[in-house]
Formats: sequence, C-alpha cells, structure tokens
Amino acid sequence: MKKQLFATLLVTSLFSIVATAETDEEKGLRIAQEADAFDAGFVDFTADMVMTLKNRKGQESIRQIKSKTLEVEGDGDKSLSLFLEPADVKGTASLTYSHGLEPDDQWLYLPALKRVKRISSKNKSGPFMGSEFAFEDLGSQEVEKYTYKFLRDEACGEYECYVIERFPAYEYSGYTRQIGWIDKEAYRVVKVEYYDRKNTLLKTLTSSGYNQYAGKHWRPESMEMINHQTGKSTTLSWENYAFKTGLTENDFDKNGLKRLR
Amino acid sequence: METPDNAFGVSGMTIMGYKWILRTALLILCLTASTLSRAEFSGNIGIEGRYFIEDPLFAEQSEGFTGSISIQPEFRHQWNNGDNGITFIPFARVDSEDDERTHADIRELYFLDVNGDWEWRIGINKIFWGVLEFQHLVDIVNQTDTVENIDGEDKLGQPMLHLGLNKDFGLVEFFVLPYFRERTFAGEEGRLRSGLVVDTDNVTYQSSDEENHIDYALRWSHYFGNFDIGISWFDGTSREPIFQLSEDQSSLVPFYQQIEQTGLDLQYTGEEWLWKLEAIHRDGLNENFWAAGAGFEYTFVGINESDADLGVLMEYQYDQRDKNQAALQNDLFFGTRLAMNDVQSTELLAGFGYDLDDQSRSFRLETSRRFGDSVKVNLEAQYFSQVDSENVLFDLRQDSHLQLEIVWYF
Repeated sequence: MKKQLFATLLVTSLFSIVATAETDEEKGLRIAQEADAFDAGFVDFTADMVMTLKNRKGQESIRQIKSKTLEVEGDGDKSLSLFLEPADVKGTASLTYSHGLEPDDQWLYLPALKRVKRISSKNKSGPFMGSEFAFEDLGSQEVEKYTYKFLRDEACGEYECYVIERFPAYEYSGYTRQIGWIDKEAYRVVKVEYYDRKNTLLKTLTSSGYNQYAGKHWRPESMEMINHQTGKSTTLSWENYAFKTGLTENDFDKNGLKRLR
Repeated sequence: METPDNAFGVSGMTIMGYKWILRTALLILCLTASTLSRAEFSGNIGIEGRYFIEDPLFAEQSEGFTGSISIQPEFRHQWNNGDNGITFIPFARVDSEDDERTHADIRELYFLDVNGDWEWRIGINKIFWGVLEFQHLVDIVNQTDTVENIDGEDKLGQPMLHLGLNKDFGLVEFFVLPYFRERTFAGEEGRLRSGLVVDTDNVTYQSSDEENHIDYALRWSHYFGNFDIGISWFDGTSREPIFQLSEDQSSLVPFYQQIEQTGLDLQYTGEEWLWKLEAIHRDGLNENFWAAGAGFEYTFVGINESDADLGVLMEYQYDQRDKNQAALQNDLFFGTRLAMNDVQSTELLAGFGYDLDDQSRSFRLETSRRFGDSVKVNLEAQYFSQVDSENVLFDLRQDSHLQLEIVWYF
C-alpha cells in the first residue's frame, strides 16, 4: 500500500505542477491520501478501550475491550478485539481481516462453547455492542472505502481544519455521507457528522485529547458519539496505547482467538 | 441449540474421584502455586427453575417444579506475553430432585505453552469442532454432560495432551486422550430420561482397558477465501453408548465400544448466507455407517430500519442407522434467530424439529437478556408436541417444560 500511495502522491504532485486547477473531489481524495500516508508505518498497535453508553435518562452501561491492530501492506489491516466487560461476554473475541471494498473476513470466538465461528460481515450499520458506534465507524478506514469532496477550510477548536465530505463506496453502509473536520497540521480527525440513509443528521463524533505516539502517530484519548435522533451517547476512552509491539501474523490467526486469555 | 444426540443414557461420573484427573490436577496446581495468587478470577453463579407442564410418565419421577443452583469459578493466569498460561475452571450443580443431576466436574485445568508455530496444552480441556447449530456431529473429543441440558452443548472436561502446529497449510492438531469420561444421565427422580433408568454404576466396555483406554485424535483445519474447512480422525472409545438390558431387566447398561471415526466440517460464508456441512463415517464393533447434516443460515440485517437482525436457519440431518439407534436419522430443522443488538443484548432463538420418517415434532425456544451489568436471564421452553412410539424421544413425550435461569457473572 505504501508504494502505491507514494506513486499516487508523486503523480498527484507532478500533476499539480502541470495543471493547477484541482476539482473539489480531487482535493478531497488528495487530503484523504495524505492523511493515510501520514499515519502509515505504524506496523502494529495495542490499546485498551472503555465504552460508556448513556441513554436519554443518563443511565450508564460499561463495555471494556482490549484491541490489537496489525498494519498489512497492500490490503486492509488485521484487528483483534477481546471483550472484558460486561462480565457475561468476558473472553469473547473477534478477529477481522479488512479488505477495503471487498467484504471483510471475520471470526468470533465464544468462550462458553469454546467455538470459533466464521461470521458474515454484512452487518456494517448495526450497533457495536449496543453502543452509538456502528461497526463501520470502528472498522479499518481505508482510503478506497469512500469517495471524497473537499468543502472548505475552517477553524476547529485549537486547530485549522479541512472540511471534507465523504461518501461510502462499500455496500450496506448506514450512511449517505459523512462530513469530517481534519486538522491541516497532522491530519487529526477532530469531528465527524454522520448522515443517515434519509440524508438526515444522525450522529456527531468529537475526538479530543490527541497525543503523539512513537514520534509520529496521533491518537485521541476520548471519542464521544452523540446520536441526535435518540438523545443517546457513547464515550470511548482509550488507554495504554503502544506502537510497534512486535506482533506478527501469528497473533492474528483464527486459532489464536482461543488463547487470548 | 439442538435436539439431543442421545437423550437417554446415563453415566455416573459425577465428582472427580479419578486418579488420573487428581494427579494431573495436583501437578498443575503445584506448577501454579507460585502464580495462583496473581491469577485473574471470574466466573458465574446460576439459579435455575424448571417447570414440567405434564404429569411424569414414570412413577419415581418428580413432578411440577424442580430447582437447582450451579457455580463455575474461573481462574486464569498468563505470562510470557500470553505464550504461557494456566486455566482452572471447576463446576458444580445441586439439583432439588435428581441425585444424578447433582454433580461436579473439572471443566478445564490445563497448562499452555506457545513456541512460535507450535503450541501444546496438557491437562483437562474442552475442544469444539463443527459448524452446525442443531446437532454437533463431528464434535467428538469431549463427552456430553446430558444432565445439564438435553441440547448437547454442555461437555465434561477431557484429560488430554494437545499439540498444535500452525503453518501456511493450516492448523494441524494431535490429541492423546488417556482417560474416558462416561456420559451423564438423569437418575430415577429425574425427568428427561428413558423409561428404564441408565445404570451408570455398571458400565461395560469393549476394551479390556475400560476407561483407561488411550484414545487418539488428529485434525487439520484451514480457510480458503470464503470457505472454512476441518478434517478430523478419531480412534478410541465411542462417546455414544449402546444400551443393553440389565440381567434383572430393571435398568439399561451402557456399553462403550471402540470406534474409528472420520469427520468433515465445511462452511461457506457469504454476505447474507452461511452454508454448512458436517459429515462423519464411523466404524465400530457391529456398526459401520455414515451420517451427515447440512443447512444454511440467512440473515436479514437491520430489519424494518431498526438495529435488529433476523436470521433464518434450516438444517437437515441424515444417519444411516435405524431410528431406534439414532435420534436424527431423517430429520429437518427450522429455526429463527432474532438479535435486538440493544444495550441488554436481547436475543431469541426458536427451533422446530420434524422427523420425516415418523412425523414426530418438537419445538424449542431460547431467549436471553442482560439486566444491569452482571446479571443475565435465560428463558428456555421445550415442547414435545407429537412423538411417535418408535422414536427415540418417545419416553420424553410428557417432559415438555419451561426453564428460567438467572445467572450472576463476577
């Protein structure tokens, strides 16, 4: 993927010398590619995630997940999630090989039966563990999964942002479009608005507390998703980020699901 | 969820009194003595009530309501970045009516070592093979704990040495199984049993080594694109007993023969469709047969613009044996699975089984929902609507019941 990107970037920059006029679609795509290239080379990372689900009455429910991600050159990333809370799903784990526009490969491990089950990956729009995050919000964000359109430059909190509209190019998305605020300095995603299938504003995601890891990669401490249609919200807190931990393909094998804990 | 692969039968192994198990247990407990204090502790405690709608068919059986409690603590410790680990999961149930259902077991007690592509486990463990939902044909390593639930998904811990090699060609596993676990069966007072009680104190074996016969198993599993495949081979004591009348003709005596069994499990995973196949060939003392099950699951994602998913399942089971030997010799199953995908993980699974030879019918419903952070409530209903006099389920025809279970996870 890196080589391809480099080539694309080279071509794009050569092109911009020849023809200075860039459409909004081309600019949107270029920024998405730059953002992807900016974060490339993370190799692998692990992190702990705490989700706090809040309903309209303010009642809270907690989910706790350990995650591992492996960068794959020329394809989507591989990721592992181990569920720790709620207690009845403790030990349940999922493994995903994402493939951009192609359907992902996905396996689920059910500890009570000690059964590894291959599952269909069609359910992209459904809620992740009853939260306001859909599966597609948390999946690997490959450039080719969307088409893009640059909207404008705008200040966003402490940063100066590009505002970019993107349209899912994969099947079964729950969205018509998303509008993202991406900072110009380090391509941090500050805010995303999600529009449902009827093109009505459904949710807003706000990410904050960005820290830099391994001298390069920016990750947020907190991601808050607010559902405007139901009044429910989910806050995702990230802890213990670690990069280049030495994970290998073997750690992302369906057999490995059985020995995560 | 599935119907019983053999709802009759009994085997007495309850409390672990066996030397092999004790020795392994001691060895592993000694190994962990220094690390156990750092072990992660979790588990669950359950309270279960069953209500049998009809009067019992047999005189000694309990009627109406039966209650029981169960406990399953779980200790786990990992070190070397998860390359080494110890797991200890004992289990016990106390039942208000059935002495045979009051039982304890070590579900898991093993040591794990991972070394690159190699991994091995020694101790007591549970292994699952297969892809189907209504019956688990190829799944043979662990004995079924029938008294727990007639769905056949509860298993007894199996002592084993388990070696695995994970390469580009897939996962190859080798099992040495040095001790045999007898199947559990309901006692005199218990419901969901055959007319004649299975005498688990008088078990007979083909092998003169009896329960100490050493069994072996081998399995290769892999995936190619949308296909997941497993091929397995087993040589040893059959997990499924054959019943003989006792001398005084007052009970059934389980006889465990030596078998060789080859199995295949295959699943195709599409975007909405799952296609599944399991097949076995078994060669035993007086039997040589094949059996297979095949089916699909189709999922409607986000029905009616909601978060809920609805799955539709159908599976067909064939067994070359007669219907008095195999429960599912020519049976069709229909099922539906509803997942609300809500905060409480509300789920419902309904299944209908139909015997194409004798038109026997049974219906099963399973629902579950989380309350708060750590309590799960499971409701099950099993209804035998029509059972032919020659069907294996005939003695269960008045055992339709409702089961409510409240489980606290810690």
